[in-house]
Amino acid sequence: MSLTAQDIDRIANLARLELPPEEGQRMLDQINGFFSIVEAMRAVDTTGVQPLPHPIATIQEMALRLRDDVASEPNQREANQQSAPAVERGLFLVPKVIE
Amino acid sequence: MTALHDLSVAALAAELRTKKVSATEVAQHFLARSQADTSGAFLSLNPEATLAQAKEADTQLAAGTAGPLAGVPMAHKDIFVTTDFPTTAGSKMLEGYRSPFDATVVCKLGVQPGGAGMVNVGKLNCDEFAMGSSNENSAYQSVTNPWDTTRVPGGSSGGSSAAVAARLVPAATGTDTGGSIRQPASFCGITGIKPTYGRASRYGMIAYASSLDQAGPMARTAEDCALMLSAMCGPDLDRDSTSLDVPAENFARDLNAPLDGLRIGIPKEFFGDGLASGVRAAVDAALKEYEKLGAKLVPISLPRTELSIPVYYIIAPAEASSNLSRFDGVKFGHRTKDYTDLVSMYKRSRAEGFGEEVKRRIMTGAYVLSHGYYDAYYLQAQKIRRMISDDFQQAFKVCDVIAGPVAPTVAWKLGEKADDPVANYLADIFTLPASLAGLPGMSVPAGFGEEGMPVGLQLIGNYFKEAQLLNAAHRLQQATDFHLRQPGGAK
Repeated sequence: MSLTAQDIDRIANLARLELPPEEGQRMLDQINGFFSIVEAMRAVDTTGVQPLPHPIATIQEMALRLRDDVASEPNQREANQQSAPAVERGLFLVPKVIE
Repeated sequence: MTALHDLSVAALAAELRTKKVSATEVAQHFLARSQADTSGAFLSLNPEATLAQAKEADTQLAAGTAGPLAGVPMAHKDIFVTTDFPTTAGSKMLEGYRSPFDATVVCKLGVQPGGAGMVNVGKLNCDEFAMGSSNENSAYQSVTNPWDTTRVPGGSSGGSSAAVAARLVPAATGTDTGGSIRQPASFCGITGIKPTYGRASRYGMIAYASSLDQAGPMARTAEDCALMLSAMCGPDLDRDSTSLDVPAENFARDLNAPLDGLRIGIPKEFFGDGLASGVRAAVDAALKEYEKLGAKLVPISLPRTELSIPVYYIIAPAEASSNLSRFDGVKFGHRTKDYTDLVSMYKRSRAEGFGEEVKRRIMTGAYVLSHGYYDAYYLQAQKIRRMISDDFQQAFKVCDVIAGPVAPTVAWKLGEKADDPVANYLADIFTLPASLAGLPGMSVPAGFGEEGMPVGLQLIGNYFKEAQLLNAAHRLQQATDFHLRQPGGAK
């Protein structure tokens, strides 16, 4: 199967990426080039096979941990905001969302 | 007297411990070499920070509180966040970014209390967000291979491999998602190891594909890799949800163990038509050397080797598209100057900040995770991933380690594959299977192939068998001198 220009537009929107038309066309060609090698994978019979999200689950049961919900870090607002594009009075600035 | 830059990590550590040389003198020596470098290996140097760390190492050495590698210089791939150097991940998105904290691996190796005491010389170039096999996807500059400056150093840890090969630093960190430690190590004739997935903390390692990313050392010798890996690993349970609760080990403990009776599995799929004859000859010669050392070669099969390419290039982009959604131009990173509302700010900031390969992987990942395609692509890939991992467990019933080439060819020419993403993906064929299975893997210098370029032998071990891999690599290095050769450019 091949992707279409509409697919590329839809995905670019989902991924929040602006793609000018000529870049979109190149992306379409390259992604379709890649999907030509994906076909072999789709043909594999995986009936009854469990997905492997954590590689060590190959040999032992794995459960992802959650740590206790307690504050472990000191307040570092200034350090955390030092690389922010726009900050005012300790708050991150974004364009107006609600009119 | 041997020049400082010709000493191994182990030898430098001994010189420093016995006060034959100070950490400050050593740091100055390597800083001068790194400042004079023209290969593009470094993205940032900060002599003030390096010398401050060296001074701290000297204080610790004098006080007797120093870590095992105190004062030995190294450099970090620019994927590890650091407070005293900028961190860019090779991307314009993070130009000038300063992390408020140090990565766990940085703390464990550094002069912080409890750290190994190594001194960071600077941050090393890499493919943008570690996506690439040639370092040409760096948003800043390409890196040249010290063995032939018209060729790539490999990737994504290409700055690391080039810097170590050129003796700008005795060792460096790298990260390996689909081969990014092993392949550049092979291309530059150095040694590198990726441990079992979950051994080294991913905290502060800028995420590309979280179920695959692993940190590891790159150095000239297996012994040096063992010393660094011992310092890098260990549980980080509160900060990395996939960190394994497995204690750190002394990975150098078995370096000199005899190899008598070691069963080395030779996967037939790694020796097919696509393998360059010069690479094959070097690998075969290394395997003969192992037979002389008492090992036994056992034919095995990893039948889904070729499938690992589409499986990896579905799973890794899927995880990348999720991980890289954090770059929205709000809390850190690039923000466009030209926008009308919040969504246009996101879209344009990301369009301007990310390079082409990164955008391609985000797009691919978003597609395979999107409604209607998830089962056919992402889930199918995760199932075949288990089959690939099971194939390894079958193989390890009849062998102790697996050996083969790291890559089908030697380092290619700069620009040769730059416009052909699929050609780059196909060249990862021999490193992807172990990555998908989360197994430890390494590259050991095995000689020279086409055009006199270095060839790496790949060794793959079962889970937690890093010490055994390093033992096998060390014994080969005692019988050969490929790891001691230096490129013409390294003077």
